[in-house]
Amino acid sequence: MKPAPFRYVAPRSVDETLALLAEHGAEGKILAGGQSLVPLLNMRLARPQVIVDINGIRSLAYIRRKDDHLHVGALTRQRAVEESATVRRQVPLLWEAIRFVGHPQIRTRGTVGGSLAHADPSAELPAVAAALDAELVVRSPSGERALSPGEFFAGYLTTALEPTDLLTEIRFPLLPERTGTAFVEVARRHGDFALVGVAAVVRRSDGTIAEARLAFTGVGPGPVRARGAEGRLAGSAGTSRVFADAAREAAARLDPESEIHATAQYRRDVAATLARRALELAWQRSGGRTR
Amino acid sequence: MPTRWFGERIPRNEDPRLLTGRGMYVDDVRRPGTLHAAFYRSPHAHARILRIATDQAKALPGVVAVVTAQDLPERIRGPLPKLIPHPALVHHKTQVALAGEVVRHVGEPIALVVAESRYIAEDALELIDVEFEVLPAAVDLEAAAKPGAPRVHADMADNIAAHHIQRAGNVEEAFAKAPHVFRERFTMDRGSSSPIETRGVVAEWDPRSHQLTVWDSTQAPIRIRNYLSDLLGLPQANVRVIAPDIGGGFGPKIMMCYPEEISIPWAAMMLERPVKWIEDRREHFVATNHERLQIHDAEIAVDTDGRILGVRTTYLHDCGAYCAYGLTVPIVSGTTLPGPYKIPNYHAEYRAVFANKTQTSPYRGAGRPHGVFVMERLMDRVARELGIDRAEVRRRNFIQPHEFPYDLGGLIYQDGVRLVYDSGNYPEVFRKTMDHIGYADWAAQKARYRREGRRVGLGFAFYVEGTGIGPYEGCRITVEPSGKVYVATSVGTQGQGHYTSFAQIVADALGTDVRDVIVTTGDSGAFGWGTGTFASRAAVVAGNAVALAAGAVRQKTLQVAATLLEARGDDLELAEGKVFVRGVPGRAVMLGQVAAAANPLRGVIPQEWEGPGLEATRYFAPPSGAFAAGCHAALVEVDTETGLIRFLRYVVVHDCGPVINPMILEGQVRGGVAQGIGNAFYEKLVYDEQGQLLTQTFMDYLLPTVAEVPPVEVDHVETPSPLNPLGIKGAGEAGVIPVPALVASALDDALSEEGVRITEMPLSPSRLREILREAQTAPTPA
Amino acid sequence: MNGDPAHTTPAQAPARVPARRKRRLREPQSALTIRFTVNGETVERTVEVRKTLADFLREDLGLTGTHLGCEHGVCGACTGLLNGEPVRSCLLFAVQAAGAGIETVESLAPGEGLHPVQAAFREHHGLQCGFCTPGFLMSAVALLRDHTVPTDEQILETLGGHLCRCTGYQGIVEAVRAAARTWQR
Repeated sequence: MKPAPFRYVAPRSVDETLALLAEHGAEGKILAGGQSLVPLLNMRLARPQVIVDINGIRSLAYIRRKDDHLHVGALTRQRAVEESATVRRQVPLLWEAIRFVGHPQIRTRGTVGGSLAHADPSAELPAVAAALDAELVVRSPSGERALSPGEFFAGYLTTALEPTDLLTEIRFPLLPERTGTAFVEVARRHGDFALVGVAAVVRRSDGTIAEARLAFTGVGPGPVRARGAEGRLAGSAGTSRVFADAAREAAARLDPESEIHATAQYRRDVAATLARRALELAWQRSGGRTR
Repeated sequence: MPTRWFGERIPRNEDPRLLTGRGMYVDDVRRPGTLHAAFYRSPHAHARILRIATDQAKALPGVVAVVTAQDLPERIRGPLPKLIPHPALVHHKTQVALAGEVVRHVGEPIALVVAESRYIAEDALELIDVEFEVLPAAVDLEAAAKPGAPRVHADMADNIAAHHIQRAGNVEEAFAKAPHVFRERFTMDRGSSSPIETRGVVAEWDPRSHQLTVWDSTQAPIRIRNYLSDLLGLPQANVRVIAPDIGGGFGPKIMMCYPEEISIPWAAMMLERPVKWIEDRREHFVATNHERLQIHDAEIAVDTDGRILGVRTTYLHDCGAYCAYGLTVPIVSGTTLPGPYKIPNYHAEYRAVFANKTQTSPYRGAGRPHGVFVMERLMDRVARELGIDRAEVRRRNFIQPHEFPYDLGGLIYQDGVRLVYDSGNYPEVFRKTMDHIGYADWAAQKARYRREGRRVGLGFAFYVEGTGIGPYEGCRITVEPSGKVYVATSVGTQGQGHYTSFAQIVADALGTDVRDVIVTTGDSGAFGWGTGTFASRAAVVAGNAVALAAGAVRQKTLQVAATLLEARGDDLELAEGKVFVRGVPGRAVMLGQVAAAANPLRGVIPQEWEGPGLEATRYFAPPSGAFAAGCHAALVEVDTETGLIRFLRYVVVHDCGPVINPMILEGQVRGGVAQGIGNAFYEKLVYDEQGQLLTQTFMDYLLPTVAEVPPVEVDHVETPSPLNPLGIKGAGEAGVIPVPALVASALDDALSEEGVRITEMPLSPSRLREILREAQTAPTPA
Repeated sequence: MNGDPAHTTPAQAPARVPARRKRRLREPQSALTIRFTVNGETVERTVEVRKTLADFLREDLGLTGTHLGCEHGVCGACTGLLNGEPVRSCLLFAVQAAGAGIETVESLAPGEGLHPVQAAFREHHGLQCGFCTPGFLMSAVALLRDHTVPTDEQILETLGGHLCRCTGYQGIVEAVRAAARTWQR
């Protein structure tokens, strides 16, 4: 399990990266944390001609609050997110979810941008981005654009990123007061990719749900927002019954696949269970009490 | 310094080396000029090879050789050795070093590339072009066993390698008369032992001295030496096989004569340069033997009190594409199944079936988990059906302590010897286990959990384990003038602590510090006779050889020292590295001085010295295996909504006779339990219908991590074996054997409201939810 | 810093840049000369860019204490410290370590004797075959450097990134708990 030959270049800036990507086009491949890419290289399942290693671009690693968003540089290590008091306070959903990503020894290298750009259908961070309506900032030779998760995630291991694009930043909107979030998942073992994962956001207005968002991972080609259930939750009372019904409705619309670790039916059933648990937890965290 | 090392919980002699990165595993062997090998392996489960083109690969810079079957000399071109023949094994098929005509499973080696680096060798693999005619594959075990299935071996009429029946008593009569008979079908699926170190071979040929040296990650270097000598046409004295530090074995690193174990040494001879091959993880999944798939139809006949009248099991054993090792696994299943119970009438019948999958051979447990699963599941079934407490139904059937030696009525064990349990105290092991887990008030505790909305089950399983089989092992002990004691044994070691446990035995006999006893294992150049480390036999068979050799050296020490000290041998004592006159510690000589005196420059060697120096070689050949036993019990919590399980407690009570080093023993047990948990809930090799292995990474084949394995409370009962001087029994496989049965029993208990009855292993959260759903929708039995 | 040009130079003279190219782009290389520290010593070597750090440590530097168990980042046997943080050396290319500080198991107790974490592994039977052990040790050392009194959750989280096939983990957990007490940092 040794990688096929490639050539390697380590640019020092975003501009240089973009120029290199433009130069090498589809033959080039960005190497960020490498925790997904290098196994594929070692198994010779990925065979880029040119590896563009962006780990030297320090300006892409940061966590900073700006206005009503938390800006996270694409090269920010997952470990840094996990250890960031700012993230924990400002975007607790991201903090909670990132601890499900692999193991500490993976998160020391794995990056936030890398996980999103890889777009594994069972990964945690795409669901977080989807639930939070994060903006994914992409630089290309023609300029910069900000994509919504719906625009960014394009299918199984596929995103809107062109070979000449670089994901540079993720902007997580800060949530208003009285909003609770929760990330729950079921995996075969702790640290494995999710069989099913759910990110929930619930904003409370006294005893009723002002707004709810629900995003799944592991049950489709990419993260799945349950907009129908979200619509139904808005304005409802925050009761166990309401959460359970919404969770069931959301799960019923999923179309997961069967594979060696779980059947489609399992995924759908567990999606309902986890959605319920996530909603209840998010509701509690918003300051509400479930009845 | 303790007065007796045997039985002490002392840290291991080998640890400092392994902890500081100074271990010597096969991949750490560095010889000047080493070349690196990689194999082109079959991408198909079953295919005819029409053409192999290697020109492009050969032309790649850095490639030294590309070898296919036709390049091999005649003597290693044919099928590799048949390891353990058996009269029932009428089709004893073995692999070839390189497949030239037909491939019978994904991963079978077709071409060998030798290059300046492994990177280049893998580049060259991509340049090899093989044209195949894909043939229909037999994959599913039951389908492969049927007439008309695609045949794995064209010269056979079907895929049945062996059909073998063992009987005791008269089963037909017992079943005909029995008031109750319960039937069930049980399945255990494929698994991989997955040591963290894969296999590897480094071979070096010295054309001047005609000496072949092979470093091989094998559990049985001496046997590999013997096969290599035979296959390569070299005297045994000219072949040295070293099993250096081995990063876990668990069975499949036994003396398999894997294709790579032959082709790599041959390549080193041909190229006159050292050649290294280190299996990568993806290769390991298809090229190193698997185990575990068996389907058992079983039935039990009992009287109205739950006393066993008879047991019958008919089962299919999955060989994979070959069965080089023989029938050990299915034989062990059938002979382990009766376990601790008196079963007057017994019938075990299996067919060993070829299929287009990786070959199988013993993996820690080696058929025992199957036997225990079937028997313990049947006992739980009897208890449930007759409304008898499941602990009580076992107590009624245990073989009692006064009934040993206990003859199982004519069954033949894997060593070819009549199955007779040497000793044991099953009721006591069981009582202790039930006490530890708190079985007496479990019903109340379970109800408390239930009131909290929690689903917790108590599971337990009992097993009897055949250990310490022959034929023999040997040991040579030499005391050097430095006072250090050198011990060479024939077994290999893969983490079991032999450097320490053997040293403890020797230190007691010679009165030295255990740290002054230096043990060598696994080097055919240091000790040339032996079998290997498998079947929980090293401590028993080699350990007793060590004890015998140590006793002989002690005798000689006393004789020589008696002359030096002008005292009678009977009056001498050995302690603290000295020999002294009892009661007169001042009249003493150092052990090293005695060693020097035993090897004089002038004078005569007295006849009774047996030979020069403080040295002796002894062999131990047990008449039959020693039978250990144990019981595991655990509390398992189930999240019925997600199908996840969690162990709340895990208890093991084990009887392997006197314990040499409790720390090492407990480590063996705990590691086994972890593997058993893998077998029960995480680890499953999945093939698709074409025979492609879908679980070929550690992302898909799931070894338990620290998060999945609970702390294991271990306690002991010590019933010595009468069959060996130390009275010991083996313990290497004890941890793994009953775990699937235990997990099944705990899940049945946790999900008793739904009437769940677990009959298959391994499970998964998804499968458990399915079983739960099936149970809920099943019509209630009348 | 990774990829700092001060620490990486093309191993051969770069191919001549065609005159028509305006931008002065760095040219992708097949081999680079890198400089970094390993166990406190500065190392400068030319290495093929596709060579993993694990292979480089083992083959080029002879530091065979770092073991390869899976080469896809799961088993953890190859774990070493990169600037003090545990990383999989099978998922890093050696050239990526340019300018960094690497620590391997060989650094823990350079002379005779054992590092307190190693001693605790011995005392609590935290190893059997020893193959996975170096990775566990390096992760444990990193954890205990950062946390004088680690919680059990932190210990399990850290050890969860490693596979051991022999011990059942209990001895390893106990060893790390004990080392937290015995290691005078």
